[in-house]
Amino acid sequence: MEQEALFVDFIQPASWDEALSARAAVPGALPLAGGTDVMVEINFDARRPDALLDLTRIPELRAWAPDNGMIRLGAGVTYTRLIAELGGRLPGLAMAARTVGSPQIRNRGTVGGNLGAASPAGDCHPPLLAAGAEIEVASTAGTRRIPAGQFYTGVKQNALAPDELIAAILIPPATGPQQFSKVGTRNAMVIAVASFSICLDLASRTVGTGIGSAAPTPRPAADAGRFLAAALHDAGLWESAGELPEPIVAEFGRRVSAAARPIDDVRGTAAYRLHALAVMARRTLTWAWNEYRGGEYPASEYRKKGG
Amino acid sequence: MRITATVNGEIMQADDVWEGESLLYLLRERMGLPGSKNACEQGECGSCTVYLEGALVCACLVAAGQAEGCSIGTVEGLASGAELHPVQEAFAEAGAVQCGFCTPGLLVAAHDLLTRHGQDQGQDRGQDRGQDRGQGPGQAGEPGRGRPSDPEIREALAGNLCRCTGYEQILAAVHLAADRMAADRMAGGAQ
Repeated sequence: MEQEALFVDFIQPASWDEALSARAAVPGALPLAGGTDVMVEINFDARRPDALLDLTRIPELRAWAPDNGMIRLGAGVTYTRLIAELGGRLPGLAMAARTVGSPQIRNRGTVGGNLGAASPAGDCHPPLLAAGAEIEVASTAGTRRIPAGQFYTGVKQNALAPDELIAAILIPPATGPQQFSKVGTRNAMVIAVASFSICLDLASRTVGTGIGSAAPTPRPAADAGRFLAAALHDAGLWESAGELPEPIVAEFGRRVSAAARPIDDVRGTAAYRLHALAVMARRTLTWAWNEYRGGEYPASEYRKKGG
Repeated sequence: MRITATVNGEIMQADDVWEGESLLYLLRERMGLPGSKNACEQGECGSCTVYLEGALVCACLVAAGQAEGCSIGTVEGLASGAELHPVQEAFAEAGAVQCGFCTPGLLVAAHDLLTRHGQDQGQDRGQDRGQDRGQGPGQAGEPGRGRPSDPEIREALAGNLCRCTGYEQILAAVHLAADRMAADRMAGGAQ
């Protein structure tokens, strides 16, 4: 490492207010949480920020709590804790978290970091989109909430202003089955070739969706979700929890695939991604529907699962 | 900047640490602890696995400044003087070491798995496991109290790459170590 000549300042705020002040005062400071993306860029000399803004010493970021019917997940809660503490209430997000990296990565990586990096392949994005999550961001000027569907603005670009930091993610607890699927070359340490998440919302009888790694940004398959909700309604399936007709499953898969805009790259071709998305959409729908049919969720009144 | 941390129970200090430096560089080049290996520098291979505040991490992905004031455990801290830890003995006996480059990271990761299993057994409680612990017992079938199953071992070591052994001897070593550590706990259970 011949890096000593290159100056990078290290800012380590002990409180959230201090962090926001530092963010405003040093616009070139790169926020650093678990380091699983940022440190790779620094190790490989791909990035030399003016300063690193270490967010790991801020207690608020490491906490989660119920908040007006939602779960308010601090941006700095690690995947390991998310899996252990919130797997029941946020099953789709927890499933995605289990597929992140390795134990070492999950012990450090955070949902806030995933959002900050805003990679189209980030594992958290599809379940956040499917669940209708909101991202709470803040600056010294105040706080605002951005719906996940408006947060991703381009390849590795997000809606954060230069003086803002990600404070928390507000996620509705599951009101029905949620599933996540990801295609890669092995189970661990894989960047998604393509991923998909589905949320069946039994309270509103709507279907949430999220596509990963198959467009410039993570995106919902809104048309597919509307189609499925209407098809379930028309066939009386929300009430009966009866067997899903195969044409509905197949059409859902086609519409999910049609919502993607993938490219050819080192991890896979666009054609493969489109195919994989249709397969994942059919599979995750079938898993979720079987869970519903299994009686865990009474059709008349959904039941919240314990944390 | 100056970094002070407790490494393997001993307070250590380094000056003139570059602000973008990793914990791995700090340990190897400034604190004289080259056991943790530098291979991929991107968290893919697990060769630099250490404990940070009781949690298993890739030292290459921790900024040195993030370790300020923290407790760090490295592979050098596993043995007691000349006496190897059961995990180390088992790796040597089972032939889980060929070129040896991945071994330090695998030892720390296996140590973490087996320590957690030992704690799930209801003994060895009261140790500081760090704030980011919280992984419960594995979901797969348990072949015995305090002994991880093959799928649990594969999952726990999924972040550690070995290009020589084909992993079979590593699995055998972890099973061997699990048996010995469980036996040690039984023998020490009256304490």
